[in-house]
Amino acid sequence: MITSNINFASNFKKANLISITLFILSIFFMIFKGLNYGIDFKGGTLIELRAENDINETSIRDSLNTMDLGDINVKKFGKDRDYLIKVEQINSNDNNLIPEIKERLSKNLNTKIDFRRVENVGPKVSAELLESSVIAISLALMAMLFYIWIRFEWQFSVGSIIALFHDVVITIGIFSLLSLEINLSIIAAVLTIVGYSMNDTVVIYDRVRENLLKYNRVSISDIANLSINETLSRTIITSVTTLLALLSIYILGGEILRGFSFAMILGVLIGTYSSIFVASPILKFLKVSSQTLEKKEEKIVP
Amino acid sequence: MLNFTKINVVIIYLIFLIISTFSILNFQKRDNIYLDKKVNLGLDLQGGSYLLLEINSDSLVKEKIQSKVIPIKKLLRENNLNYSDFQIKNKKLLFKIDDKDKFEVIFLSKKNNSVNPYIENYRSFELDFTELENNYIEILFSKFGLLTINNSALKQSIEIVRRRIDDVGTKEPTILQRGEKRILVELPGLKDPERIKKLLGKTAKLNFRLVAENKEFGVDELISETGEKLMISKRIIMSGENLVDAQPSIQNQRGEPTVSFTLDRLGAQKFGRATTDNVGKRLAIVLDGNIISAPNINEPITSGNGMISGNFTFQEATDLALLLRSGALPTPLNVVEERTVGPDLGEDSIKSGLTSLIIGFILVIIFMFYKYRIFGLIANLALIANLLMLVGILTILEATLTLPGIAGIILTVGMAVDANVLIFERIKEELKTEKSSILAFDLGYSKAKITVLDANITTLIAAIILFAFGSGPVKGFAITLGIGIITTLFTAYFLARHLTSLIVLKNNNKEIKI
Repeated sequence: MITSNINFASNFKKANLISITLFILSIFFMIFKGLNYGIDFKGGTLIELRAENDINETSIRDSLNTMDLGDINVKKFGKDRDYLIKVEQINSNDNNLIPEIKERLSKNLNTKIDFRRVENVGPKVSAELLESSVIAISLALMAMLFYIWIRFEWQFSVGSIIALFHDVVITIGIFSLLSLEINLSIIAAVLTIVGYSMNDTVVIYDRVRENLLKYNRVSISDIANLSINETLSRTIITSVTTLLALLSIYILGGEILRGFSFAMILGVLIGTYSSIFVASPILKFLKVSSQTLEKKEEKIVP
Repeated sequence: MLNFTKINVVIIYLIFLIISTFSILNFQKRDNIYLDKKVNLGLDLQGGSYLLLEINSDSLVKEKIQSKVIPIKKLLRENNLNYSDFQIKNKKLLFKIDDKDKFEVIFLSKKNNSVNPYIENYRSFELDFTELENNYIEILFSKFGLLTINNSALKQSIEIVRRRIDDVGTKEPTILQRGEKRILVELPGLKDPERIKKLLGKTAKLNFRLVAENKEFGVDELISETGEKLMISKRIIMSGENLVDAQPSIQNQRGEPTVSFTLDRLGAQKFGRATTDNVGKRLAIVLDGNIISAPNINEPITSGNGMISGNFTFQEATDLALLLRSGALPTPLNVVEERTVGPDLGEDSIKSGLTSLIIGFILVIIFMFYKYRIFGLIANLALIANLLMLVGILTILEATLTLPGIAGIILTVGMAVDANVLIFERIKEELKTEKSSILAFDLGYSKAKITVLDANITTLIAAIILFAFGSGPVKGFAITLGIGIITTLFTAYFLARHLTSLIVLKNNNKEIKI
């Protein structure tokens, strides 16, 4: 059996300080370092290629530089002869561009080249994708807020939303710090993190509510501490199984899923941390007590 | 919570059996006539192209407003309205008029107004007009007039895109309208997306015009295929609309690929007359503003059959014939989004997706067995049942499985055990205080119920929003994640609970540990 008596509440202050620092740092990075948007949100062309002979990044870049394509980004992608080329927004109406690039590369590098994946997103579409992603994340947060508000009291709703914000912002902040690419699948990961973190928070909140009704005169920090401890083994086991599945995707799922699974792994770790160290202290801060619950009961049952 | 009536048990296992049976359909080799359902593979897994095309109606609107010039002038004359300084400005018409009020009455009459028709379902006229200074009037298309133009152009474009794609012969293409200006095209298993893009990128407006001798009124200066500068009369003798068929052919003398075409009756008449009257002159064949060739008219062509040559390769001749057969697009189409995955990358993705699924699954199963022993086994059975049902439902819905969709399944595997973990941990707590193990299990299940529901509904909300706002692959992820939650609840609360009850009730008198 996993321990039942860790004093989390005594560490709330320290943890909050860390959380606030990380949160501010994340926002700082987002503003000053910016996000590395993929072509989904920035527009442009992406080509994943596989060459028959050995080539290198410089030679690819050199042979494309003369084509006047704008900013070119070349990097290795998974296996030895696989490369990913990203080209800044170019005249997207040129239907001959892709074959031209292909011809030039195979001629200049003297090897057979196979384009395994080509993505091209025009500036209008990328702006729309970014907009709908922001709407989706905001809507998800609002829907969660609403759900918790119905199921619990407003203090819980506020607490869970702050925890969610914390998770989303820090995850994106880490992506900014590491210059990892933000694309559509990362947005999917962020939304799943929102769901997962909420899930974790709800489990603890459910227990807090139950304990508040059970122990009338105990302080909220003790109740929070008790509830966290009671649900701790579940929190750990579920995190472990989820992380096992995610690690399996991260290591074996191929290059395309790597960013997605990395974001999810970060999110699960941060989400687990936040439901203990962010969502719970907020209840204390908002002065939740047994009376808070009773008031609501009275309202519902006249 | 541990009591199941016989009927309940039968219903639970029947639901499980029926749904999970569907998952087997995916492994059958031959087509099943009775139940031909399968999970579709997304373009990222089977390879193929996704194209989002946008119509560009600017040129069309210009054309349409120009076509209003003559009817408007005629309308003004018929009603004895004096006008002057008639100009065509981009998408607007501008002229000076003496009697504005009379013009307004005529221009905005709802009955039999052929110049400015009233569109009933939008309650709006096709054209708007504004009064400017010095008695000038400006005419342009109204919002709904533009909408009507866009709509019909889009419908027509979709039809022509479909014809062109069908003609190339790809399997099971999807061609859908997206919004007011876009067409979504999905071409699974396509080997050469560039050819399709080339075919869709051409409007293919074909016309036959005479080569003029001097710079008389109404000529365009175009460069011929041999680099010669030619004056081409603006008068169109015949256009591509009059073609009923076009086929690539090889001209026998030189073995040169050409396109032979057949005209309809009206086209044959026009063409016959024009070639009879102009023997000895040159006839330019113009496609999208470029001269394909400008041969001499040696003799009148009255049969309604003709041939276009222009230094084609056979592929080019084939494609030109295809374009001419399918007709001209009303506006140019721009590719605003393209995603193409080659078939071998798709195969690699399936391989790595399945490998990570299997490994993730095994890891979770080992961990659960290590944590909960016999009850871990139950949770694992529930997990396997969960997967079978998940795939079964995907099959029933004939949903599309994408690479992120596989990730969604793996994530479901990781998170699905959560329901059982919540329940088992609760039971553990109850066992501490409760002496009767039956009662403890019963309490555990009923107390954990709300938490399990709450926890899963939040993830379900995220999945629904992802589905509503996500595109393509992300939607695939949302589908598997969402369905996974439902099957998780079913397996944890019905299957696993029943199996648990069997063990608990059997060991009625003994102490049970989790």
